[in-house]
Amino acid sequence: MTDTVKLKINHQEINCDKELTILQAAKSVGVNIPTICYHDNCTANALCRICVVEVKGARTLIPSCVAKVSEGMEVETHNERVNRSRKTILEMMLSTSDLSQSPELLEMASEYGADHDRFGDAERRSPPLIDDNSMFVRDYEKCILCWRCVQVCAEDAQYAFAINFKGRGYHTQISTFYEKPLPESSCVFCGQCIGVCPTEALKPKRQWLLELGYESDQIMQMTRNERNKKTKKPQTSSVVK
Amino acid sequence: MNMIKNKPVTTTCPFCGVGCNLELHIKDNFIYKVTAPFDSVVNKGNLCVKGRFGYDFIYNNRRILNPLIRKSPQKPGARSQAFNVDEWQEVSWDEALDYTAKRLVEIYQREGSNAMAVYCCAKATNEDNYLLQKLFRALFRSNNVDHCTRLCHAGSVVALQKAIGSAAMSNTAAEIMETDVFIITGSNTTETHPIISIQMKAAIEKNGAKLIVVDPRRIEMVNYATLWLAEKPGSDVAVFSGMAHVILKENLYNKEFIDTRTENFQNFSKAMEKFTPEYVESITGVEKDKIIQAARLYANAKRGAIYWALGISQSTHGTDNAHSLINLALLTGHVGKRGTGLNPLRGQNNVQGASDAGAMPWHYPGYQEVDDEQSALIFEKAWNIEPGGLNREKGLTTTEILSNAHPGGVRSLYIMGENPMMTEPNLNAAHKHMQELEFVVCQDLFINESGAYADVFLPATTFAEKDGTFTNTDRRVQRVRKAIEPLGNTRPDWQIICDLARRVEKLLGRPNSAYWDYSHPEEIMDEFGKVVPSYRGIKYARIEKTGLQTPVVDENHPGTPFLYAESFPIGKAIFFPLDFKPIDEEADTDFPLILNTGRVLEHWHGGTLTRNSWLDDLYSQALVEINPVDAKIYDINHLDVVKVQSRRGEVILRANVTQKTITGVVFIPFHFAEAAANFLTNDALDPEALIPEFKACAVKIEKVTEDQLPTKQPYQPRGRY
Repeated sequence: MTDTVKLKINHQEINCDKELTILQAAKSVGVNIPTICYHDNCTANALCRICVVEVKGARTLIPSCVAKVSEGMEVETHNERVNRSRKTILEMMLSTSDLSQSPELLEMASEYGADHDRFGDAERRSPPLIDDNSMFVRDYEKCILCWRCVQVCAEDAQYAFAINFKGRGYHTQISTFYEKPLPESSCVFCGQCIGVCPTEALKPKRQWLLELGYESDQIMQMTRNERNKKTKKPQTSSVVK
Repeated sequence: MNMIKNKPVTTTCPFCGVGCNLELHIKDNFIYKVTAPFDSVVNKGNLCVKGRFGYDFIYNNRRILNPLIRKSPQKPGARSQAFNVDEWQEVSWDEALDYTAKRLVEIYQREGSNAMAVYCCAKATNEDNYLLQKLFRALFRSNNVDHCTRLCHAGSVVALQKAIGSAAMSNTAAEIMETDVFIITGSNTTETHPIISIQMKAAIEKNGAKLIVVDPRRIEMVNYATLWLAEKPGSDVAVFSGMAHVILKENLYNKEFIDTRTENFQNFSKAMEKFTPEYVESITGVEKDKIIQAARLYANAKRGAIYWALGISQSTHGTDNAHSLINLALLTGHVGKRGTGLNPLRGQNNVQGASDAGAMPWHYPGYQEVDDEQSALIFEKAWNIEPGGLNREKGLTTTEILSNAHPGGVRSLYIMGENPMMTEPNLNAAHKHMQELEFVVCQDLFINESGAYADVFLPATTFAEKDGTFTNTDRRVQRVRKAIEPLGNTRPDWQIICDLARRVEKLLGRPNSAYWDYSHPEEIMDEFGKVVPSYRGIKYARIEKTGLQTPVVDENHPGTPFLYAESFPIGKAIFFPLDFKPIDEEADTDFPLILNTGRVLEHWHGGTLTRNSWLDDLYSQALVEINPVDAKIYDINHLDVVKVQSRRGEVILRANVTQKTITGVVFIPFHFAEAAANFLTNDALDPEALIPEFKACAVKIEKVTEDQLPTKQPYQPRGRY
């Protein structure tokens, strides 16, 4: 009997396994807490803080993706304090990163009434796109540092350990060690990172070329040198619309 | 700009035997991205470089999109290769199939069924393979039907059939998470079965499982191993018999299991007496202490498992090698439970299925023997054939088909999707045999080294343009779905075969039809299930989301994750007493090094798919791996151009000086036509399985000048292991 605990989520009393996180317990009774950096197949690290909830008696808001349930806990998942916190997180993300290809995040932003210009004078992160191989490109302008790519490259899937954070604070970015080109890193091009990227910062090369305006035939006619060239711009004359 | 969000099409990866589930993202018939479903039981959202990026061969400009007939008629003995499409005439499907049927029937009527031969294809679907062997058996009455399994796991298959009665992987790959000790031998798992290897890494790192690697190469999994037994190539029987010796001597064996589930223990244990650790060290180069430790570790495991691949089977004593592993599992009882087992990792996406479908010279579908009267009667009934009509004689194997290509022997060869001119051993001899043929048909995507010899080229569709099923290494039958419209005039293999069969049947004037009028591969699977009991319960509707693991004996059967819980197919499993045999061609003063061959992560076998993919950018040329100690002896620096010679041929390529290979052994991957390792390999065969010794032959190496390198691809430095 000690394996279950009793707690309240949004005033609703529930019994659940004591090993569950608040996020999982809420989900089990149909309460959806928003998540960004959390992924079912990755170790939760509570980096983005969008999943925070208010727990009665706790000084700060608690990240529900890592905090486990406990006996007598009283949780509120969507009260004003929580919602304001989520809104601010989204506004900060919007001010620094390019979320134009992240429909789920944009939807979340509108749901929480996030003001795209709240931090209008903030300096956007706009590192140059990295195109160093024929498999995929890395456009860290879109990166929100959720860390999923680093995790699946490491113990959450591949054990390749090719990428990690570089820099501190505002200058933090995902990178290979010593910024080596990917082929020269320990990368095996499994693309697990692409599979978990929430913002399309990591994109298969042929998808990226299509989006640049190339036709599929033009893409497949590229020579080895052309597809490996660092800068690509479709010659507008040859692009068939 | 965001891509149009079409619903991706789920299907099964066409590369290795893991059978990863894929989601193909498509815009205007162009696959621009591949992802994997996170709820897949096979790969849990993960893929390797081939599954994720390697599908672009579909759209490669070199792909053949129309049926072709050679412009200049080919004569036996003087057959030549035509890689250039200018040497071919584009024709209609009717013309190509009429011509093919006419030539095949003419040869059959003149020379008889023994003149007919076919290579089925472990990359094609179960349905394609079932039909192609049916065509050759039912219409040409020939059992000269084989495929690359002969070059792959034939040694394992024969040993497993003899010892326990079934040749498939006994357990499910994902059960590795329940294993506490496992052996990997003759498998570079991280490169050849990447998704199984990441499950193995997780079992070690997260569950504390212990790994024993037995391999002459310092493969990446050695980084995760508790013990690495760096054996000399071909000394497997000695290593594993040495372990058996220790287990017997130290009373670590499972007496109850041996008493209730096995036979021939006494003879076996007597045969193991001579394999003392000292003796084994003297043959294998593995320190005796490591053999003792490995034996104790494996025997004392709660759930011990053995995973192996072609390092075991591709040997002149491949059957014995596999027996030595089976003996170990029987001795310790590490079989018939979850997380244990005898697990030959199958190479091709559908080598298990092609074998199940009867693409083999000694067996009808479902391993029913061709020389067994009862089996023959079953298939005569199923295929509408007069009693006594089917050929009761075992056919020729892959290697025998080519070596019998001479007047009075095999005269015509139908090749579906295989590339024997890259994958046969001793290629110089194989080319000569190929040139002797009277008529060659190739059904493929590209004109590869084998297709270039053909008289007719039939352009088939890729995995993404047809429906069907693949059976993966752990016996899971999974759907392959048509995701895009076939390019050009290409057609699915099953349709090509049916159209050809109808023409052949008409020319032969047979009174009954074996039946070729399927409207969808689903109907072929239904027929397949009627003749193969282990597939009886496989219905497309049941495997829409998740594949079922054979045997699936009826439509309510849930499938079989692991085998032999209660008994073995032959009742009691049999121990095989073994003796150590050396490799066929040992190193000597003229050829002082041993050549090992195998695969790399980025490429696939004969290269037809991956050399025609952007994957080639990552690994664009053959490299010979040589240990720094040997490199110093021959004055070879990293990336120097070298010539490697055996008694049968030579190749010129760059050297990769690395400790991944032990001293005395060099390694060349066999994907690269410009430096094809199989020009060097030995075509000596295992006497039972008839599998060639790809993994060991004697070679010499010397530095040559840069301008002798056959093709100049820019070298792509790589940092991966």
